[in-house]
Amino acid sequence: MIGGFIIIIAVIYLVRLFSLQVADDKYKDYADSNAFLRKAIYPSRGIIYDRNGEVVVYNQPAYDIMMIPREIHDFDTIDFCETIGLSREQFDKRMRDVRDKHLNPGYSSYSPQTFMTHLNSEDYGRLQEKMYRFPGFYIQKRILREYQRPVAANVLGNIREVSNADIQRDPYYKRGDYTGDLGVEKSYEEYLRGVKGEEILIRDARGRIKGHYEDGAMDKRAVSGRNLKLSLDIKLQEYAESLMVNKIGAIVAIEPSTGEVLAMVTAPSYDPSLLVGRKRGENYAKLNQDPYKPLLDRSIMGAYPPGSTFKPSQGLILLQEGIINLSTPYPCYHGYINGRLKVGCHPHGSPIPLKPALQTSCNAFFCWGFKNMIDRRSKYGTPAKAFEVWKNYLVELGYGYRLGLDVPGEIRGFIPNAKFYDKVYGENRWSANTIISVSIGQGEVLATPLQIANLCSTIANRGWYITPHVVKEIQDTVLPAKSLERHNPSIDRVHFEAVAEGMRMAVTGGTCRIANLPDIEVCGKTGTAQNPHGRDHSVFMGFAPYHDPKIAICVFVENAGFGATFGVPIGSLVMEKYLTGQIAENRKYLEQRMLESNTIIYSGVKKH
Amino acid sequence: MESRNTNILRFLDWPTVIIYVIMVVAGVFSIYAASYDFDQASILSFSEFSGKQIRWIGLAFALAVMLLLFDARIYENYAVPIYILIVIILIVTIFVAPDIKGSRSWLVIGSMSIQPAEFGKFATALALAKLFSSYNFKLNAAAKNYAEAIGIILLPIALILAQRETGSALAYLSLFFVLYREGMSGLVLLAAFCAVLFFVVTVKFTTAMFLGMAAGEAFVLIMIMFIMVSMVAVYCKRIVEARNLLLAYVGVLLLLYILQLSGISVPGMPVLLTAIGGGCVYLLLLSLRTKAKKYLITIGAAVLSVVFLFFVNFAFTKVLQPHQQQRIRVTLGIEDDLLGAGYNVNQSKIAIGSGGITGKGFLNGTQSKLKYVPEQHTDFIYCTIGEEEGFIGSSLVLLLFLALILRVIHIAERQPSVFGRVYGYCVASYFIFHLAINIGMVIGLCPVIGIPLPFFSYGGSSLWSFTILLFILLRIDAARRDHPSYG
Repeated sequence: MIGGFIIIIAVIYLVRLFSLQVADDKYKDYADSNAFLRKAIYPSRGIIYDRNGEVVVYNQPAYDIMMIPREIHDFDTIDFCETIGLSREQFDKRMRDVRDKHLNPGYSSYSPQTFMTHLNSEDYGRLQEKMYRFPGFYIQKRILREYQRPVAANVLGNIREVSNADIQRDPYYKRGDYTGDLGVEKSYEEYLRGVKGEEILIRDARGRIKGHYEDGAMDKRAVSGRNLKLSLDIKLQEYAESLMVNKIGAIVAIEPSTGEVLAMVTAPSYDPSLLVGRKRGENYAKLNQDPYKPLLDRSIMGAYPPGSTFKPSQGLILLQEGIINLSTPYPCYHGYINGRLKVGCHPHGSPIPLKPALQTSCNAFFCWGFKNMIDRRSKYGTPAKAFEVWKNYLVELGYGYRLGLDVPGEIRGFIPNAKFYDKVYGENRWSANTIISVSIGQGEVLATPLQIANLCSTIANRGWYITPHVVKEIQDTVLPAKSLERHNPSIDRVHFEAVAEGMRMAVTGGTCRIANLPDIEVCGKTGTAQNPHGRDHSVFMGFAPYHDPKIAICVFVENAGFGATFGVPIGSLVMEKYLTGQIAENRKYLEQRMLESNTIIYSGVKKH
Repeated sequence: MESRNTNILRFLDWPTVIIYVIMVVAGVFSIYAASYDFDQASILSFSEFSGKQIRWIGLAFALAVMLLLFDARIYENYAVPIYILIVIILIVTIFVAPDIKGSRSWLVIGSMSIQPAEFGKFATALALAKLFSSYNFKLNAAAKNYAEAIGIILLPIALILAQRETGSALAYLSLFFVLYREGMSGLVLLAAFCAVLFFVVTVKFTTAMFLGMAAGEAFVLIMIMFIMVSMVAVYCKRIVEARNLLLAYVGVLLLLYILQLSGISVPGMPVLLTAIGGGCVYLLLLSLRTKAKKYLITIGAAVLSVVFLFFVNFAFTKVLQPHQQQRIRVTLGIEDDLLGAGYNVNQSKIAIGSGGITGKGFLNGTQSKLKYVPEQHTDFIYCTIGEEEGFIGSSLVLLLFLALILRVIHIAERQPSVFGRVYGYCVASYFIFHLAINIGMVIGLCPVIGIPLPFFSYGGSSLWSFTILLFILLRIDAARRDHPSYG
């Protein structure tokens, strides 16, 4: 009986052995694939051009030292270290790190491991000569990014080695691959990276390479990444960045008719080539610790009170809701006075209707208008309902939510809703006066420079905008539809015409007179944004030419005081440069002043 | 009469010795192949596993000769002291052994480490044989006898479990085969086998659905049905009734399956339970008519099985925490733990499967050489054989083991003394267990339980343990003609 039992088991096992070894071929394939050495062939990454076809980012070869630990035999370690400029301690540590399964989970002594990355071409040359003396080491060619001009780091982004998280998220990546980090390098990674190729080599039981599998029939060629054409004008970008030197803030310039971003500046910024090569980690840490936060792209991640640049949007809403018409005047006696509440204003005629109010940036006008709308119970029922209507218009105009720019990291800004105030003040316990400061772009309202530029672009278009985007073309591909989506806020064109005229008046005879270029009809609106961080932010939004807008712009200079002192000059210089290609002689002094001035000292940030 | 010492060579069971030597030598070559590196020196080099194994083998041969030189009666006379000594060593080991990979089972003496759990095997076998050979001992005569026999087996198991060496401890369970040989009802083995099977199946298929219920439960219920049928056929010896029951069950299952296929969802659980209940009623009626007690036992088995199923289900899903469930699944090799046990099995299947009919040739296995299978020279040695020697080599090894086991059983059966017979069966049981579990796990049919393949796996303790087991038996066998009852 027991004998029978073991015979049955033996028969079952024999059948199983037969099915594994004779009947089924797949295990042979698996074993073969274990014996394959798959060597990646890296494609060249897509090149990035600006809107005029100028090369912005291109590739440069770099060399990684790879090793197959099993194949390393005795070699002159000192010679090796001297050739590539390592100390003996660094060499030993690097060897330990490679073998540490925690740091390098893919470690196998039979497969290629990265010993050191980014050898410069000089060291490469020297090492290449001696390579035969270092068995088990070989050199792998890689691609690094090179930048034509040291600008637009925030838009371009950079590339870095993939992390474990990247590998888990996307099986395309293997250890040692590169992926885009920040900017378009990240958001267009799938186009830029191309497709890796693969050489399949065969190893015998001793781990020796026996040549290509099936004579290379199964090898895959690498497919180069697609080139990108940015909507950015890299020269304009460079000019705008130069104007922002020694200042904190942002500039966003958009071509209204297409939604293409012409320049997107954050200041202070950094040279993108700092994040290339072996020093990347070190430099990244430095930038990360810099108190001025150069890695923060203020154009899309800075949430600022829009200040008076908010007023055109207010005019649009009041007109559309019929709260005012173009001749409705509101009084201003050095400000808005209602009961004990007073919002100050500067001296100008009174009472005035919308267009002069925009021209002079009258606070009282927009406070009255806001109050008449929010507190009009006959039309809306409650202030909360009126406020929701108000909020929805702003959302249509692109505030309060991400616009969907094709650069990662954009933030929403903030437009409160009625519930927000219900929570703060209690339901039905607030009215226009409680929250009057939002009518002039202060208080809870926050927007990014991109959102303000986009509003300006909407006004320039007299009532619509296309989702702003920084990539104009992808080689051999159409842009994702999201990039070209057209948005039509439910505000009539005539009202936009009125607001545009008000903004034109602000340039010809109001707060933005410095922007009044001789040949070009500029429209604009200043802003002086009060903020809890010190001196007011100097803000400007504007577009030009008045009748055929080619550029809409928003300038934010932190802690620089009145809109007219920094925002308007910088904004007008950028527009002038873009539209005429130069700065007029009589405005050179202005350019000089902007290039040389320093507002960073008012920021309150202490550099350690 | 010739002196015993010269008789030894004449009466030694040479076929067993020859199989033993073949296996041990083949083992050295396998270990050499499994741990082979292309820059490795020689099979004899003492710095390599194969060289060390040769040293172990030399000592094992010396040990074997020594065991043959003792008087056969010594083993019977000293069975109890040996057992007690080993138990003491096992206890001491728990406290003095260093922690090696979570187990405290290795005694380190100088540069050598040995595993007392391995040496407990022959001691326990001797003690069990001694118990059965005591005057007028009948296992079924008294519950006390069962208690003593089972106690002898469970004591080392408990001590080895305390050393956290689960695999070795489980090997002792194989001694229940011996109890079966000596009169224990086969139903106990069947019940134990079913309990393990039901548990594994229920736990393994908790998420998949089949016949409108958890697949594991469905499989177990269907197995219960067929166990009932086979018990009626084989145990009650009623072919016609078994056929009736079978037809009824198959009908119910087919109906349920067709309904399921056509999209009508029927709760399968109550249907299958009703079918089993109906079967029980049918058997009850039969038992009333024929007064056959075996029907009632069959019914009892079915009911107990169903109760057991529900108990397992409840205990596993409601009582145990998810991480405990996970640990059990991984331990049983159920969960695809590709970084742990599952990885070994997968790679070892690849290694064996890629061997084909004739294998890749000695030292040419890529799986082995590129170190894809861990524990290659110890517990997973069989996959090197499978890869390099192919179906021919691996089935030869299997058949060699089969021959050895059958030969040991044959030797056991020809013993004139109860002591010799019981001891022989103990030896056979250990071999059966190690063979079934080790090869079973390497070819992916058993859960991964870390026990060595006798004579092949690298390691002195295992080699010596099986050498001692085998050669004590050969010594007793050689002296069988001296036994008073030998005719």
